Amino acid sequence: MASLGSGALIFALVVCAYGIGASVYGVRNDEDRWIESGRRAVYGLALVLLVAFIVIEVAFLKNDYGFNTVADTSSATTPLFYRAAAVWSSQEGSLLVWALLSSLWSSLALFLVKGKMREVAAYAAAILLAFDGFFIALAIFYANPFNTTSPKPLEGAGLDPLLRFPAMIIHPPMIYSGYTLCIVPFAFGMGALIARRVDTEWITATRRFALAAWLFLGVGIVLGALWSYSELGWGGYWEWDPVENAALMPWLMMTAFLHSAMIQEKRGMLKVWNSSLVLAAGTLAITGTFLVRSGVLSSIHAFGGATLGVPFVILIGLMIACSIYLVVSRREQLSSSHRLDSLFSRESVFLLNNIVLVGLCFVIFWGTFFPLISEMATGQAASVGAPWFDRYTVPLALILVLLSGIGPVIAWRKASVANVKRNFATPVLAALATLIVLLALGVTSKLFALVMFCLAAFTIGSVTQELWRGTRVRSNATGQVPPRALLGLVGRNRRRYGGYMTHVGIAMLFVGVAGSSSFMHAAEPRLSVGKSIDIGGYRMKYIRPTASVTAKNDAAETGATLDLGAVLRVSKKGRYVTTLRPSEGYYDSDEAGVPPESVGHLIAGTPVSHVTLSSNPLRNVWAAIEPDLQAPKLQRIIAAGNKTIPIDKPEDGMIALAVLAREYLAHPQAAKFNLRVQPLLMWIWIGAIIVAAGGLIALSPTPRTVVRRVSVRAARRRAESGLARA
Amino acid sequence: MNPARKRTIRLTVALSAAVVLAGALIYTSFSASDPTVSPSQLIAQAVPGRHYELTGKVLAHSVRHEGEVLDFSVKDRAGEAAVPVRYTGEVPDPFKEGREVVVTVEKQDDKYVAERNSLITKCPSKYKTAPPKGKPY
Amino acid sequence: MSPLAAALLIMLIATVAAIVAGPLSVLKRRQPPRHAMLAELEAQREAKYRDIRDAELDHEMGKHSEQDYEEIASTLRSEAVEILNRIEALQREGEEEARAEAAGGEPPSTR
Repeated sequence: MASLGSGALIFALVVCAYGIGASVYGVRNDEDRWIESGRRAVYGLALVLLVAFIVIEVAFLKNDYGFNTVADTSSATTPLFYRAAAVWSSQEGSLLVWALLSSLWSSLALFLVKGKMREVAAYAAAILLAFDGFFIALAIFYANPFNTTSPKPLEGAGLDPLLRFPAMIIHPPMIYSGYTLCIVPFAFGMGALIARRVDTEWITATRRFALAAWLFLGVGIVLGALWSYSELGWGGYWEWDPVENAALMPWLMMTAFLHSAMIQEKRGMLKVWNSSLVLAAGTLAITGTFLVRSGVLSSIHAFGGATLGVPFVILIGLMIACSIYLVVSRREQLSSSHRLDSLFSRESVFLLNNIVLVGLCFVIFWGTFFPLISEMATGQAASVGAPWFDRYTVPLALILVLLSGIGPVIAWRKASVANVKRNFATPVLAALATLIVLLALGVTSKLFALVMFCLAAFTIGSVTQELWRGTRVRSNATGQVPPRALLGLVGRNRRRYGGYMTHVGIAMLFVGVAGSSSFMHAAEPRLSVGKSIDIGGYRMKYIRPTASVTAKNDAAETGATLDLGAVLRVSKKGRYVTTLRPSEGYYDSDEAGVPPESVGHLIAGTPVSHVTLSSNPLRNVWAAIEPDLQAPKLQRIIAAGNKTIPIDKPEDGMIALAVLAREYLAHPQAAKFNLRVQPLLMWIWIGAIIVAAGGLIALSPTPRTVVRRVSVRAARRRAESGLARA
Repeated sequence: MNPARKRTIRLTVALSAAVVLAGALIYTSFSASDPTVSPSQLIAQAVPGRHYELTGKVLAHSVRHEGEVLDFSVKDRAGEAAVPVRYTGEVPDPFKEGREVVVTVEKQDDKYVAERNSLITKCPSKYKTAPPKGKPY
Repeated sequence: MSPLAAALLIMLIATVAAIVAGPLSVLKRRQPPRHAMLAELEAQREAKYRDIRDAELDHEMGKHSEQDYEEIASTLRSEAVEILNRIEALQREGEEEARAEAAGGEPPSTR
């Protein structure tokens, strides 16, 4: 069946080439049928890649270790759910998944604009197929998922235990979807520039694609942060790591585009800016994909060798060169004589927001690529740490939250100063009230957090006021009860209120960030049984150790062979709060040097910290443990087991582990704990959910009946009165 | 002042502000950064009191735990030069001999002392991800 | 390659070829450039309607002064009327062409 897969890949490349040829030929010769054939090539490509994906997926599910990829990343003990997802944990599989997702999203996008934007869509189809072809070619020639080994290995290496976590399984497809969705607006942007049709039709369609990209990419980023926090043993969620930044940068550009696109829709302005944004976002998305796969930056994500670096650099260079060329050569069509009516308008706020977002993106870009930049500039590679990033991103984030509170209140085109003053009264009051409360509570030392809380109150206040007033107006006009009026209000203005909701979500998210970083209490004590430590107002006491041993073939959640941990009792002012059970799981290893099936082998794999946390909206209490396996007695047991347990009787190895566990329980060493009390952290996840919900509302189409009925009537009325006036 | 002139002034002010901020950003990045070096580079150019980001592989048989302290040596990825490092703080789960690490060190007398919690360990390339350093905010 | 795999691959190629070749057999008429202009104008019209609704909503929420709102509303109205007029003109053009074609039996000029 591997041959079916590789045959499908090669055929996929052929389909790409055909589609590009047909689309370009069709659009240049004004031949609809070739354009249509080219579009269908995208659908066909999706089908072919789906078949290839099914082949590899089935291989994973059936544990066919003849496939090199399956042997490298899966094993008989990997639980089914994770085996199915292991496809995208390797370079080869993930290239295939990338191409598949790209072809699916491309098919959807082209289907949705069927019959519209004929020329632009044709060029866009060709460009999308070119990208797909690139990834397929990479797969075929550099990292083929259908490479096989004969004879088949008997067992696989297993999925990295760090990835055996639900969020980590969904995170890659989400991020790939986000990245591939960024390519769609890019392709339509290029297509529009090539066809010289950077107009209302284009911006309306592209904005929706961009919104979808923004949504998926955002979810992917948050899931990655969630994984980092809940699964890894360091207790943080964001580190300004190059790969984190790589996903954030296109997301910031998309956010900027979503706002400035509205200005182009309304006023026909900013065409150069919007085209550039959309092209930059797509380029950054490919750059992000590149960063993860090449070893070019010193990052914790070492994924794939340097072989993939060169093709990607060429692709990115090509994207940049073509983008600049197109924008410059089309500048006549892109110029507009329109201007802003007034600086005091929502359009202005959007422009400011764009500047801040692009500025933020630049800061992150600079910091991320600094090792390469400094090496080019001074010959010595150097890197900036998280504090440098924080120094610049925190003030920009503050401005962003402020703007997201001002935007909803200020009117399009021209806001009157008097009205604005009136409309800002409540939000400003909310901010002041928050300030007073916080000062009274003694929160005086952390300036940035204080400002962020007040600005968040401002934003939430302004959006609440908007909803309240809007509901009241609609309720008076239609006689509906407020809840129904609210639903109707939001339903008929989804873009506006979906956007407002997203602003609220962002404000909450930053409240969570500010609270959990500025007011965190952390400690890394070494505790022996019975000892306790006071941290952040809580007392944590090491009650007793825990240990468990699981048979190698147990399809349990994580498949850890040995699990050592502790029971921690958390109390506050003498009253019981919660019990935490952090542990460290030791896994089977596949590395050479340790005899297989020996005791040491059974626990020599990458250990994984199983953190526990107690979470409520006010604070998180988070704990991780690093048991001490270096104790002489434990080491002696392991050494003895290695010497005496016969290799062909793996069950006996488990006996040794059981002895180890019992010894650990009986005479536990002092273990190192990583403990944190993080106020308000949960608001990050709550905020993210609200942001996503707002995005979904904005994305959902307004019922055509609403738009039609209102507009036709209004237009006729207006037209008549306008004509009468003239 | 006619609108066109106003616009030009606004644009100039905005661009100047952007240039100034970008300049500040670029300047601080050079002064706030730590050079990324391999062990052989570190031996050659280390100045006491400066921080360096050392990257390389953990030398086989060099790992020793002594209570809170972890001693290990970092060697060039391709080469034999190695540097002994004294580290305290959180040890990422994948840390072991042969793995690639990144750690911030400072030369003190003859020893290289690592910044607390600055150790990052990369996973072997066939795996996808590795845990980040255990740096609290 | 096993016979089954070969058969499946051939089926796949045939299916995709059929999908892709479908439109090629149909000799479609070339679309006049008017069509694209019409689509763009309709998009502008929808955007203008949205603009008008936004302005109305802003006004109801008390964000505009009365004077400002009147100015904005009348600007938007006249812009909308302009777009509607241009749409109408294009549609009339299309109808005339269709009538001429039906009467004269000639295909319409496309360039």
